[in-house]
Amino acid sequence: MTDIYLGADRATDAEAAAVDAAMRDRGVDAVVQPETERLYTSGRSRRLERRHYLLPALHALQNAVGWISPGGINYVAEVLGVPPAEAFGVATFYDLFRTEPPDHDGDTFHVCVDAACQIAGYDDLVASVRASGGHVHLGPCLGQCERAPALFVQGTGGRPDYVPADAEPFELPQAGDPSLRLLRRIGVADPESLESYRAHGGYEALQRAGEMGADAVLEAVAASGLSGRGGAAFPTGVKWRAVAAETGRPKHVVANCDESEPGTFKDRIVMEHDPFAVIESMTIAGLATGAQNGWIYIRGEYPLATARLQGTIDAARDAGLLGPDAAGTGHDFDIAIWRGAGAYICGEETALFNSLEGFRGEPRNKPPFPTTHGLFGEPTAINNPETLLNVLDIILDGPDDYRTRGTERSPGTKLLCLSGKVGRPGLYEVPFGTTLGDLLELAGGVAGTGEFQAVLMGGAAGSFVGPDSLDLPLTLEDTRAAGTTLGSGVVMAFDSSVDMTDVVVRIAEFFRDESCGQCVPCRVGAVRQHETLVQMQKRGSLSPSRRALIDEMAEVMVDASICGLGHTAASAVRSALSLGLIASAPS
Amino acid sequence: MTGAATMTETAVTITVDGQPVEVAEGSTIHAACVQAGIDTPTLCWAENLTPVNVCRVCVVELEGSRALVPSCSRPAEEGMVVQTDTPRVRHSRRMVLEFLGSGVDLSQAEDLHDWMEAYGADPDRYSDEEHPVERVDEPVKVQDELYIRDYSKCVLCYKCVEACGDDAQHTFAIAVAGRGFDARISTEFDVTLPDSACVYCGNCVGVCPTGALQFKTEYDLREVGEWRPEDQTVTRTVCSYCGVGCNLDLHVQDERIVKVTSPSDHSVTSGHLCIKGRFGWQYVHGE
Ligand SMILES: Cc1cc2nc3c(=O)[nH]c(=O)nc-3n(C[C@H](O)[C@H](O)[C@H](O)COP(=O)(O)O)c2cc1C
Ligand code: SF4
Ligand code: SF4
Ligand code: SF4
Ligand code: FES
Ligand code: FES
Repeated sequence: MTDIYLGADRATDAEAAAVDAAMRDRGVDAVVQPETERLYTSGRSRRLERRHYLLPALHALQNAVGWISPGGINYVAEVLGVPPAEAFGVATFYDLFRTEPPDHDGDTFHVCVDAACQIAGYDDLVASVRASGGHVHLGPCLGQCERAPALFVQGTGGRPDYVPADAEPFELPQAGDPSLRLLRRIGVADPESLESYRAHGGYEALQRAGEMGADAVLEAVAASGLSGRGGAAFPTGVKWRAVAAETGRPKHVVANCDESEPGTFKDRIVMEHDPFAVIESMTIAGLATGAQNGWIYIRGEYPLATARLQGTIDAARDAGLLGPDAAGTGHDFDIAIWRGAGAYICGEETALFNSLEGFRGEPRNKPPFPTTHGLFGEPTAINNPETLLNVLDIILDGPDDYRTRGTERSPGTKLLCLSGKVGRPGLYEVPFGTTLGDLLELAGGVAGTGEFQAVLMGGAAGSFVGPDSLDLPLTLEDTRAAGTTLGSGVVMAFDSSVDMTDVVVRIAEFFRDESCGQCVPCRVGAVRQHETLVQMQKRGSLSPSRRALIDEMAEVMVDASICGLGHTAASAVRSALSLGLIASAPS
Repeated sequence: MTGAATMTETAVTITVDGQPVEVAEGSTIHAACVQAGIDTPTLCWAENLTPVNVCRVCVVELEGSRALVPSCSRPAEEGMVVQTDTPRVRHSRRMVLEFLGSGVDLSQAEDLHDWMEAYGADPDRYSDEEHPVERVDEPVKVQDELYIRDYSKCVLCYKCVEACGDDAQHTFAIAVAGRGFDARISTEFDVTLPDSACVYCGNCVGVCPTGALQFKTEYDLREVGEWRPEDQTVTRTVCSYCGVGCNLDLHVQDERIVKVTSPSDHSVTSGHLCIKGRFGWQYVHGE
């Protein structure tokens, strides 16, 4: 056995100070670790003492000097006990980290090139940023699809990250609608004030949950029929019970706020405008499952949501609503925020665990499942924030009332992210069972030519549907029967003017860019699929053998990939082909 | 590890291709296949490493599971019904091999050649003259006299990373860097091996299934067309450098040692050695 070997490069004072500050913020002494401890914490299989501070440390380096230098890596390696080769492997996994000296001064302007921004024309935005001397980086969906084309500014030299559009006033399209449930406080309560949140019913659910006790909360959540809103629609009651049943090890509640599915922005709006609800519902999840550790893993491109959540956590802690005996429930619970750094795959739950733990964001093979082997290998309830939000009303009004909305098999309401060519893009809440046509109507109908060509349901991992689907009731069961999905709630509309080939080729490119690279079917399949579509675009047609090849590639990606990214990488492409949205026969 | 149950262990019985197989609890489906005499391709799996289940060439159909499952890592559970030769299994295995061959040079991945033929893998069908496909194309890294790295041959099986890390060496000189098709095995900032933490145990070379990592002696002989495995003899000996007692297999061609391995089932080494056993023979030739 050897100690961690460090090359000759040393951190600059600015780099070391940035890492030290990031560690201090998290209550960690940024001292160089004794050699024995460094050894102890270096490997994957060992209990990890400090490794999970790697991501915050890399963020600190990137923000301080605009890249992650060899000296910076060595400093982090020394402080956290992570081998430099592994720290480098982690840094190179993320889009927001550079491992080469920046070729420009100042901040980086990230412009989205995914579907909503593609059809809104991101070219003009790029040109205007460049005209003012800004350095542009083109990348995937920034979770601002309702205000496409989207821009996120990554600060350097210690300047904070920001989103210019956050400075503009915000209003929900359905503002004032009395039927709103999950969105009812948005634009009404002050997101930065605990008093205001309380004045609008905040923390009543946690109080009630404390009185009911864990078992009764679990019973209510199960009886409500609530299912996960992050895409997989797994029954929340089953998940929570499984975690509650685990004893003898530390347990965790994780809010999956990575929201990177192209077309999805619902969690961002909830976190920015109703952040206390996220914290309160996580605390209830902790109480119900017996977990004491709460984690928010939020994508790095959401600076406002991150700041609001942090403010919320601080305020809740000061008021005794987090910490020992949180809110007088007798249960200890606290929450920490970890920022992602630009990787769609880190929304996959097991990739998220690896990322948070300071490893590459590569999904784990399942089983074992997170309920027994989640974060740090310990029992974990991981949920989407929208899922969590539902719990508040389930506790307050009871599962029977909850079930009065929606359908038998899809109870409750659903947040839907409308973008693309609709009259009023934005976040909507409707009961499950609302038809696609009625939803589009609510959002002002098809914009542009007014002639409806297709809707992308569920994001890049979802599928396209055509005009004959306007009567489709938006429920889990009906969308599944129709061969499509609600996924993360994406409803992106395309009018007759849109060249769908461009859109579909970009979706294929998205998967090629975002594959973690771990397993062969997806690492190579996503590349070959994209290449085949680019060939098609150049030729203007797809030969029957290439068409068959797309299906053959899809089959192995669905059957043999490790995770959902590979399983869905061909889904939108194939639906576009079968709907005839893109050239499929030689012309 | 054959997976056969001994008297003291609990046994589970699963059905593989219609045949009942009894294995010790905790054994993998792959172990059950081996026991039943069913040949199963593997690439990222090795008996002396923790399964990473990334290559997916070993997938099988498991009743009740929507997707195929990797046999190399999935524990056998009582009553499982497994199929190893269905059209779905054959398709996935074929595509995995084909995908690999379309992106990297498998010419020295000898273990895969028979499987590629068996499954009819045709790696060339993705490209045509007008539209070449992306391949991993990197210059060979020759940075010392002990071993070379040719990542144009690398299938990203993670074996070298595991051998260098937790599974044997605990040196952590190399890791996977980058993402997706651009992922590569790398030192920090791609520094040369002499500048890295590498201690030249050669354990990564020992586990590499594709020739991406290769003894410099072998590389040099191949470069001049003089690598002749059919003319090589293998002599088992015990390493004389220290008292641990590692078994060495000396591969000899034309009366010169051309590489050294250690049997992966050896109780002392599990196939892993140190620099002296692995490369110390160069002194035998007085170099
Ligand atoms: C590639 C991929 C990306 C994902 N991204 C997210 C995400 O950003 N947010 C999320 O909540 N779930 C995401 N998921 C689903 C999660 O793995 C997990 O199912 C979910 O967080 C569970 O929470 P829920 O039961 O409340 O939906 C993703 C899954 C995959 C395969
Ligand atoms: S399916 Fe794709 S994203 Fe998922 S583990 Fe495999 S390579 Fe990574
Ligand atoms: S020779 Fe040994 S130390 Fe060097 S990279 Fe290979 S396994 Fe690691
Ligand atoms: S270098 Fe060899 S052992 Fe390492 S990942 Fe590549 S093929 Fe596998
Ligand atoms: S922000 Fe551009 S598609 Fe989402
Ligand atoms: S051998 Fe099983 S996944 Fe590679």
